[in-house]
Amino acid sequence: MANGLQIVVCAGIVPDPLQTLEPVSGVDGPGLKNEMVLPAVLDPWAACALYEAARLAASVPGSKLWLVSLGPKAKLQQVMMTVGQKAAFELVAIDGPIGGFADAHATAAALAEAIAALPGLEPERLLVFGGWESATRGAGVTLELVGQRLGITDKFQGVDQTALREDGSFEVLERVEGGKHQVSACAGAPAVLGWATGSLAEPRNNPQTGMQNMRGIMPALQNAKTVKLDANGLRYMQVSLPKQQRETRVEKNMAPDAIARELVEWMAAE
Amino acid sequence: MSTTETILVLTHVDESGAVLTKAALEAVTAGVELSRRMGAALTVGMVGRDAEAAASAVAATGARLLAATGEAFAQARYASDAAGCEAICRTAGASVVLVAAGARLARVAAGVAHRLGGVIDTHITGIGGEGTVEATRWFYRQRMEAVICRETRPWFLLLDSGTHAVYAGEAQTAQVETVEVTLPALRTVVEGLRAPLLGAQTIRPDARLLLVAGAGWTKKQPDGQMHVAEAGEQILAFLRLSGASLGSSKSLADQKAGGGNGADQPVLPFLTHMNQIGQTGSTPRHAKGLSTCCHGEEPHAVGWRFIGERRAISLDANCGWTRGKADVVYVADAFQVMARVNALLEADKAQN
Repeated sequence: MANGLQIVVCAGIVPDPLQTLEPVSGVDGPGLKNEMVLPAVLDPWAACALYEAARLAASVPGSKLWLVSLGPKAKLQQVMMTVGQKAAFELVAIDGPIGGFADAHATAAALAEAIAALPGLEPERLLVFGGWESATRGAGVTLELVGQRLGITDKFQGVDQTALREDGSFEVLERVEGGKHQVSACAGAPAVLGWATGSLAEPRNNPQTGMQNMRGIMPALQNAKTVKLDANGLRYMQVSLPKQQRETRVEKNMAPDAIARELVEWMAAE
Repeated sequence: MSTTETILVLTHVDESGAVLTKAALEAVTAGVELSRRMGAALTVGMVGRDAEAAASAVAATGARLLAATGEAFAQARYASDAAGCEAICRTAGASVVLVAAGARLARVAAGVAHRLGGVIDTHITGIGGEGTVEATRWFYRQRMEAVICRETRPWFLLLDSGTHAVYAGEAQTAQVETVEVTLPALRTVVEGLRAPLLGAQTIRPDARLLLVAGAGWTKKQPDGQMHVAEAGEQILAFLRLSGASLGSSKSLADQKAGGGNGADQPVLPFLTHMNQIGQTGSTPRHAKGLSTCCHGEEPHAVGWRFIGERRAISLDANCGWTRGKADVVYVADAFQVMARVNALLEADKAQN
């Protein structure tokens, strides 16, 4: 590619998956109990997108990578301390509410506005990356709405692999039903790619990359634009934890033969 | 009850190009139920190469039938599918659009909603309300459930699969209106589907049973050795004999074979991240689930939200999984148990 790629990764922050979550009602609608003190991480799917983006940017000379993230500044700062050591990027922070109960349309509007305002953005070099869903709202629509607002008509969801060709076109593998991938060839940027897990492992922390990133991360956080997300007519009638308690029979002294017989009978029963 | 709502069910045909998908027929059931309850007019929209041929399966609904059809819709591609769905939606003028589950329409539904000035909610597992439309969906990876409603119209609701019965009306001659679609420049070509080699496909969405393999299969066993090859053989034998689908914990899917040429290969070669269930995996729907060698923490349970009957084999009687999440937990060595299960299934197969 002659001029390199401009890759923008949209990534939210989510409560650490190991935390116990409990819904509470607030003035602005539902939220999580003690939401602001729960440890947060970069959304797992978006993190996969970031690692894939970093690899792609490194493989194409002249490429640039931005990470656009919407969340409370204090939480963003906490998460970026770790994420900043994983890959080299320029942070664009948007100061806004955390959590899965915000409306995806409003979130997409804020992200699209931030992307459109990036200095030196050239649509013909633009790839918008992100997770195909999030671990909060999990709607799988935010990235598509961002692309729609940016006028991009080539979009891929559940991406596990891309292969860039010399002419700037690329092959992309998307997850479809039945454990298969749909293979497509796209003429090139601009495009939106919502990543599933990809194939890269989480990079090790690199303090040098972290130091380099922090020079940009702190000013980005200080200059973060504050947004209030519109509900777009969304109302929550009820938010509750599922009744997941089952009466568990614990068999500690059954012989393997007896267990096997019982399992086979259970499997055969309608 | 009369209403100002009008209902559109947005569907697509399967790979054959002329038959509606199972998820599409489930969405039709949801549409029929909602339109009856609301006293609302119903339209069914279909996208596909020969969508008109598929329409006979839903003609008995009495709904208005619209189709975006032709060679351009043979491929599941964003630009053409979005244009086709947009044309159907504009022609139908519906206030509530029920969208069938599946990768094809999930890819385009939000964009179409935006083009129409509407809103979308996804992963809908139930539609209720009295005189109104209220939708149920899960948040935080199936950890909490919410009932939502919207004032904005059109309101797109992307349904989860398995939440409604498959529509089974008698096939009839259908009168289908073909909508005019203005296609944008098409920059993407779908080249086909890529699946594991024949016989190696371990993900079977229609299976009654889900077997979940955890990282314990690759840990040191009581003899102090790892038995990864044996674990793989046992798991594959069970899948072959039982017809079960295979799920995996993240920790197992993440594991790579150590050193040498296998450094980038999964420790169990038939396992991919597409098998993974839980936080960053899928939440499959099966009637029964059997968990083996899993430690059973909450993220793992998240992946089991929609499994009906749950049993587990674990050496740890006190793990989180054993309390309140499974129906039965066998505190035993999965290697021993599964070898005997396979032997019983093999004998059963030989008899029949």
